[in-house]
Amino acid sequence: MNWDPIILTFQLASVTTFLLFFIALPLGYWLSQTKNKFKPLIETLVSMPLVLPPTVLGFYFLIAFSPGNAFGSWLNEWLGIKLVFSFSGLVIASILYSLPFMVHPIQSGLTNLPTSLHDASTLMGKSKTTTLFKVLLPNCKASLLTGIILSFAHTIGEFGVVLMIGGNIPGETKVASIAIYDEVEALNYNTANVYSLILCVSTFLILLFVYLQNGGSLKKYRR
Amino acid sequence: MIKAHIEKTLKASENPLKIDVKIHVSRGMFASLYGASGAGKTSTLRMISGLLKPDHGLITNHEDLWFDSNKNITKNPKHRNIGYVFQDSALFPNMTVFENLEYALTNKRDTKHLYQLIKLMKLDELCNQKPGTLSGGQKQRVALARALAQKPALLLLDEPLAALDNESRVELQDCLLQVHKTFRLTTLLVSHDIAEILKLSDQVFVMDHGKITQQGSPKTIFTQNSLNENFEITGEISKIERQGIQFCMTVRIQNTSVKIMAKKFEIENLKVGDEILVGTKNFNPFVLKTSD
Repeated sequence: MNWDPIILTFQLASVTTFLLFFIALPLGYWLSQTKNKFKPLIETLVSMPLVLPPTVLGFYFLIAFSPGNAFGSWLNEWLGIKLVFSFSGLVIASILYSLPFMVHPIQSGLTNLPTSLHDASTLMGKSKTTTLFKVLLPNCKASLLTGIILSFAHTIGEFGVVLMIGGNIPGETKVASIAIYDEVEALNYNTANVYSLILCVSTFLILLFVYLQNGGSLKKYRR
Repeated sequence: MIKAHIEKTLKASENPLKIDVKIHVSRGMFASLYGASGAGKTSTLRMISGLLKPDHGLITNHEDLWFDSNKNITKNPKHRNIGYVFQDSALFPNMTVFENLEYALTNKRDTKHLYQLIKLMKLDELCNQKPGTLSGGQKQRVALARALAQKPALLLLDEPLAALDNESRVELQDCLLQVHKTFRLTTLLVSHDIAEILKLSDQVFVMDHGKITQQGSPKTIFTQNSLNENFEITGEISKIERQGIQFCMTVRIQNTSVKIMAKKFEIENLKVGDEILVGTKNFNPFVLKTSD
C-alpha cells in the first residue's frame, strides 16, 4: 500500500492549521472587539465556506491561480509561484476553506470572556497586545484548542477543493480523500478501505482528545 | 480634585437614558454615588475612568485634562492611573493571587510595595491560590489590593461589596477605610446601600434617571432630610416571655431577630408563629397581628 496520500494529508493539515492559526488570531480578536460597520460583511465572508459547495471555492481558485489569467500569470512570471496543481496552492485553498473553523471558536472564546478582564488590564496601563497574550488568550485555551483541532480535522476531510485546485498528482496533491476515490474507481476496495479506516480512526481520536480536554477529563493526568 | 461635567445618552435599552452629571470630588475625599439600579451610576464611573466615552463634557484630575469634547481630547484610560474594583472582581483566572498583584505593578521591581499590600490586606495565605478557589469576600480583597498595586491617585469602586454576605461586607468596609487613609486616596464608590455610604463616605451624590438630584454629606442627605416618624416592618414571633408586668417578644425579621417589649393587652391574641407588623406612628410604637 502506498502511504504517500496519508502522509501528504497530514502534512497539508499541519501546515494549513499552523498558518491558519496566525491568520485567524488577529482576525478573531478584531471581530470580538470591533463595532465597525463592516463587521457583518467580514463575518459573512469568513462564514461563506461553511455553506458553499467546496467545488465552488475550488473552481474560483482554479480560475484565479490559472497561469492563463492575469493573477496566476503574474504569480508565475514575477514570483515564480505556480499555485494550480501544487502543494502551495492546496495550502492556500485549505486555509480559506477552513477559515471559519478557526476564526469562529477564537472569536466566540474572546467574546464570551467578561469585558471586565479586558477593562481591568487596560486600566492597569497594559497595551492591547499584552492584554491579549497575558490575559485574554490564556483564559480561552479551550476555544483555541477547539479551533486548532477542528481546522486540522476539517482539512483532513477536504475533497472538493483539493480535487479542483490540486488535481491528482501522486506525492504532490494526491491526498487520502482523493486516493480513496481513485481506488474505488479502480475497484481496489481493500486499499480504499484501509485509507478510509485510517482517516476514521485518526479523526475520531483527534475529536475525542478535544472533548476530553475541554470537558476537563484530562486534568487529573497533569502534574 | 476630580471634576467631571459629562453628558451621555445610553441607547442600549428601549428607553434611552440621558446621563447629565456634574461631580466634584476634592483630593483625599471618600465620595459615593448613590441611586437605584439603572440610574446611571456605573456608566458615570466608567466615563470618569475612560472605559466609556461621554458625548459631551469635560473631565479633569487636578491640572490633568482627561477629556474635553470641545478640544476633542480623550486621554487613554491606561494613562489615567486609576485603581478600579469591579463588581465581579475581574481577577484574571489564569494567574495566582500573587501573579494578579504582580501584573498590576507599574514598576515590576517594586516588590516592596507588593509585599506591603499583601501584609496590609492579609493575603499571605492566599498568594499561591487561583481566583477560582477564593470566596467572594477574598476575591474582592484581592481585587482591592490589585487596584492599589499600581499606586493610583484615584480609586473607583463599582459596587464591590454588593454580592457579599454581611460579615465579609463589614470586614471589607473597614479595609476600604483603612487603605483610603493609608494611601491618601481620592475614592469614588458606587453603592445603593445607605448604611455603607454613611459608614464610609465624606460626600454623597444621589443619582436618579441620569441626573444628580442631591449632594452633600451622607448624614445630611440620609438622616435629616429623610427622617420619618413612621416605619413598618413585618416578622414572625419566635418566643414570648414574661418580664415583670410586661412581655418580651422575640420577632424574626428576615435573617435577624429583634426583641420587642409589649403590654399584656397587646399580646392577648398573639402566639409563637404568628406573623405581626411592628411599626411606629408619630413616634409611638404599635404591634398588629397580620396572620390568622
